[in-house]
Amino acid sequence: MDNAAVSHPHAFKFTPLSIVGQAIFYGLFALIVGYFSTAPRYQHLAPDHALIKLSFSHHGQPVTECRKRTTEELAKLAPNMRAPMACPRERSPVTVQVELDGKPLHKSVIAPSGLSKDGTSTTYQRFEVPAGEHTLSVKMNDNLRVEGFNHVREEKLTLKPAQIVVIDFSADKGGIFFAQ
Amino acid sequence: MTILDAFRDGGRSLQQRIESAFDAFFGSAGNPWRHLGALGFYFAWIAMVTGIYLFIVLDTGIEDVYTSINYYTHEQWWLGGILRSLHRYSADALVVVMLLHLAREFFYGRYHGFRWFSWITGVPVIWLVYASGIGGYWLVWDKLGQFSAIASAEWFDWLPIFSDPATRNFLMPESLNDRFFSLLVFLHIGIPLLLMLALWAHLRRGSRPDVFSSRALGWVSFSMLLALSLIKPTVSHGRADLAVVPTALDFDWYYLFIHPLMYLTSPLGLWAIAGGLTLLLLVLPLLPHRKPEPIAVVDPRNCNGCRRCFDDCPFTAVVMDPHPDKPGHELARVIPDLCASCGICAGACPSSTPFRSVEALVTGIDMPRQPVSKLREEMERRIATLVVSPKILVFGCECAADARRLDSADTAVMNLMCSGLLPPSFVEYALRSGVDGVLVTGCREGSCAFRFGTQWADQRLRGTREPHLRASVPPARLCTTWADPHENDSLEIARDRFREHLKILGADEKRLRAYTRRTAHHG
Repeated sequence: MDNAAVSHPHAFKFTPLSIVGQAIFYGLFALIVGYFSTAPRYQHLAPDHALIKLSFSHHGQPVTECRKRTTEELAKLAPNMRAPMACPRERSPVTVQVELDGKPLHKSVIAPSGLSKDGTSTTYQRFEVPAGEHTLSVKMNDNLRVEGFNHVREEKLTLKPAQIVVIDFSADKGGIFFAQ
Repeated sequence: MTILDAFRDGGRSLQQRIESAFDAFFGSAGNPWRHLGALGFYFAWIAMVTGIYLFIVLDTGIEDVYTSINYYTHEQWWLGGILRSLHRYSADALVVVMLLHLAREFFYGRYHGFRWFSWITGVPVIWLVYASGIGGYWLVWDKLGQFSAIASAEWFDWLPIFSDPATRNFLMPESLNDRFFSLLVFLHIGIPLLLMLALWAHLRRGSRPDVFSSRALGWVSFSMLLALSLIKPTVSHGRADLAVVPTALDFDWYYLFIHPLMYLTSPLGLWAIAGGLTLLLLVLPLLPHRKPEPIAVVDPRNCNGCRRCFDDCPFTAVVMDPHPDKPGHELARVIPDLCASCGICAGACPSSTPFRSVEALVTGIDMPRQPVSKLREEMERRIATLVVSPKILVFGCECAADARRLDSADTAVMNLMCSGLLPPSFVEYALRSGVDGVLVTGCREGSCAFRFGTQWADQRLRGTREPHLRASVPPARLCTTWADPHENDSLEIARDRFREHLKILGADEKRLRAYTRRTAHHG
């Protein structure tokens, strides 16, 4: 008895047609796997552009000055806790402003991390800019008790296509610095 | 019908048509569409085995990692290069078959009810496959790896989980050191191990999981990957340089598509897309679905502890407990949460024979909706309605091609919950009750809603699985034809051809002795 749609595994027999069919299928599968494994090409950055990265992890200054404890205050503390100076835990938020060729590129106020706001202020921003000559200006305020910006850096840069310039902050390196 | 139902049913119909068409060229055992899960495992194994060699030869120094991979790609192309390409292409093929497997299981509606666990545990598998694959690109530490590492860090930095942004690790060339690559190797081994653990959980609820592809399917797939590796070997981009942006990249879209998607939207946008899709997959089983059928019920007085239901259950829903009254004997027990209500266990029970001369036919394990006693009653009633010869009895399956369309003066149809519910003795009973031929139909193998219904029914009727059809039953009076819901016409053609065959066979040739049921008040 011939069955119309038998699909028992043992019932299948290879024929020239089935071999050709399998070759076509696996050829197509290989083509799909192989093609999308490397194509189409992805253009991440326009060829005539460079990248500026602004990133720092910086402790702002304490929100208030340290002050000397009074004798009465010290007396109320446990003997092992009688530190003469009382310093606030909370840190100032960091305000940062970036200008490129005199035009504003970015401005943000970065709050200190932590429940007590005593951690670092961290940021990471990326800006795609045309390659060529630019004036990069970065201003920062990390102290609530100071008006305006207490850290400033401005430089003329010649950016090559695909070049990365990093704006970072390090007290050891004199504050704001550009790495390229 | 909801939009979701319509979409799923349309997809299933298309899927079944594709699979049926491929059966003609591959057979069901070699049909890749029917074994996507097994193929996925196969590709994962290739990736892991080739990865062992790459791990051995990889130098994890910050300067050496790129050089060592390039050495094995170009200088030792005949081994290291081919293994690297196999590693890459098997990982890519894994993504393709994984996503197709996901779509197929959705179209077949295999994501709710008793299947919820397999569906839910499949979701982390997707994340782990991507995490494994993307981490592999970083290890090469070429421009593509640099791009992917930075893009991934930018994505994860959106989450408030790092005290310092992860991207700061890639700010300047001096930010990285050798330990970074040791960490990457650790992750690129650790995450695939987690993936194996997740896959183990994914397969927990099915007996005989389809994790090993057939020899033919395995060899052809491997040959395909090998040919691809030789024709288009995997090569690295230029060496990573954190002072320069990687611009034009020959991109692996299977894994790395998430990066352009992020730059097209935003890190938040990508989290919304990835999280939204994940949530959607997790929520699917919770949506309202058809009420499940009542589960299988064990009758201790008729269960002799033969373990056939235990062996045949596709979902490990039957367990064997020590018999409470008979030392050394066992008793089947159904785990309600795992039972698919397919009835394959009832078809496996030796007590499900209609020849028993008990007043009330009760079997060892039975389905409340289609108990064996009712099946016998209905079969007798349906046979009595046949007035034209040759008389044909069709055992159909509710999930397969619609057998009820065959109902006519010479054809009576019994539609079962699954063809695996059919005890083979029913075929003999029908033939000895006056029908000229029995046609058994159900889903094509691989389409069965309950995994093994078609396979077990076929094997029982061929006599290669217990309980088997007795050898005295003339094969000429039995026809099996497997047809999916879109193959109603094929089923009708099969019945017509069977009818002609029976006419040629004649009324008396190869016929079993008639049987008249006696009833008694004891079993």
